[in-house]
Amino acid sequence: MYSPEHINYLKKKRRRKILIFFFQILILLSIIIVWELLAKYEIINPFISSSPSRILSTIINLYKTHNIFNHIWTTIYETIISFGLGTIIGLLIATILWWNNFIYKVIDPYLTIINSLPKVAIGPIIIIYFGANIKSIIIMALLISVIVTIITVYNGFIETDHNKINLLKSFKATKYQIFKMVILPSSYPTIISSLKINISMTLIGVIMGEFLVSKKGIGYLITYGSQVFNLNLVMSGIIILMIVSYLMYLIVSLLEKILIKKD
Amino acid sequence: MKNNNILEIHKLSKIYHTSKSEIPAIKDLDLNIKEGEFVAIVGPSGCGKTTLLSILCGLEDYSSGSIIFPKKELTMGYMLQTDTLFPWLNILDNCLLGLKVKNNINIESITKVKELLETYGLKDFIYKYPSNLSGGMKQRVALIRTLAIDPDIILLDEPFSALDYQTRLAVSDDVWKIIKKEKKTTIMITHDIAEAVSMADRVIVLTDRPSKVKCEYQINMKDKSTPMHNRNLIEFKQYYDKIWKDIDIHV
Repeated sequence: MYSPEHINYLKKKRRRKILIFFFQILILLSIIIVWELLAKYEIINPFISSSPSRILSTIINLYKTHNIFNHIWTTIYETIISFGLGTIIGLLIATILWWNNFIYKVIDPYLTIINSLPKVAIGPIIIIYFGANIKSIIIMALLISVIVTIITVYNGFIETDHNKINLLKSFKATKYQIFKMVILPSSYPTIISSLKINISMTLIGVIMGEFLVSKKGIGYLITYGSQVFNLNLVMSGIIILMIVSYLMYLIVSLLEKILIKKD
Repeated sequence: MKNNNILEIHKLSKIYHTSKSEIPAIKDLDLNIKEGEFVAIVGPSGCGKTTLLSILCGLEDYSSGSIIFPKKELTMGYMLQTDTLFPWLNILDNCLLGLKVKNNINIESITKVKELLETYGLKDFIYKYPSNLSGGMKQRVALIRTLAIDPDIILLDEPFSALDYQTRLAVSDDVWKIIKKEKKTTIMITHDIAEAVSMADRVIVLTDRPSKVKCEYQINMKDKSTPMHNRNLIEFKQYYDKIWKDIDIHV
């Protein structure tokens, strides 16, 4: 069916793919093995550096004694709530700003200032106002994600092809129709990419919040571990967090594939 | 003498304002359009041709003068420089855009649009997306989208400038045939003199900015037919040369 040249091309392409995957796995395995060996022969201090086997047994232990899924779920729950709220509020405000350029011009400098402020700085205030509980964590995460969402989505809105807007205007479309029929659909790619940034932003906020206040969650595991100098627990927390954040990113990517028709 | 003007423009002026200066784009422009006519407007680039069309279809306000519809209020169908099809809508939905904006979607109108698409050779593409179409086909879809709202006047804004030369000749022939078949009054702006002379019944030459009408030509050719055919006639060359001199392009 294919010419020999094409078969050769396909073969080369597949081999390259396999090779890339091989090296990816190789890196992971070497890190684990080297780390384990260095710790085992005490070339590095396993008390401080922990080791893969210790991390594994810590996780298994966590699973048996404390309810590990409870911690993971707490973090995921907080992230989803803040992510959802951040997205909705961000989209809403971006829409208002697009709708009324005057409001945008007025609050533009404030947006810039709030955006450049490291949000951790207001962490203590948030705790005083909202208490040492889940509310503070969610507000923390919300603050981090919402401003970026507003700015990215708004920019997506105003970069919509002017010709498309003019076309609708020539049909005498109302502002609402223009928004619904052109601005929103043509901004889907921007919105999705802002969601992608958002999920990691929110996670940063949640972990930060958990560092500051919580009694539960992956962030709590990490701070608690560091306070009692249990580095195994800290490392386990980080590993679990890596897996959780990667999974959430995958979910948003999946959403992207469903929402945006690739042509 | 009874005239059958459907559009009369008197002393139309348009000034653009920037914080540094004001730019007069159009000054005292007079123009009448008759029913069923194909008028081409040519002029040096940046002379305010697009501004004129934007004003006509209500995208922009004008500073002074008047636009009168002697017979009845007219609907304008605007076809832009690029095809501006929406990539996330299929061809049928793209063509229904204008009707959707006007809340005019019903079985009847959908059938009408489908018929238009079938008549003009796009039957197999009704449920395809714009990315599956060639440049010429996209332009044809854009025209059908304009025709779907059943406009009294079609405004063409350099409709072929995004196409390569070969396609351009073929598509302008194509568009001309569709417009004539649908018996639509048309105003086309272009910087391409050959395109204007081969397609139009009347060519209006505008001056440099602030633009007004410099002169106009009723295009009379003995053996006048489709644009492609007209390009080979003797008169074509004569009109071309005259208009070339009028526009007086310096490089």
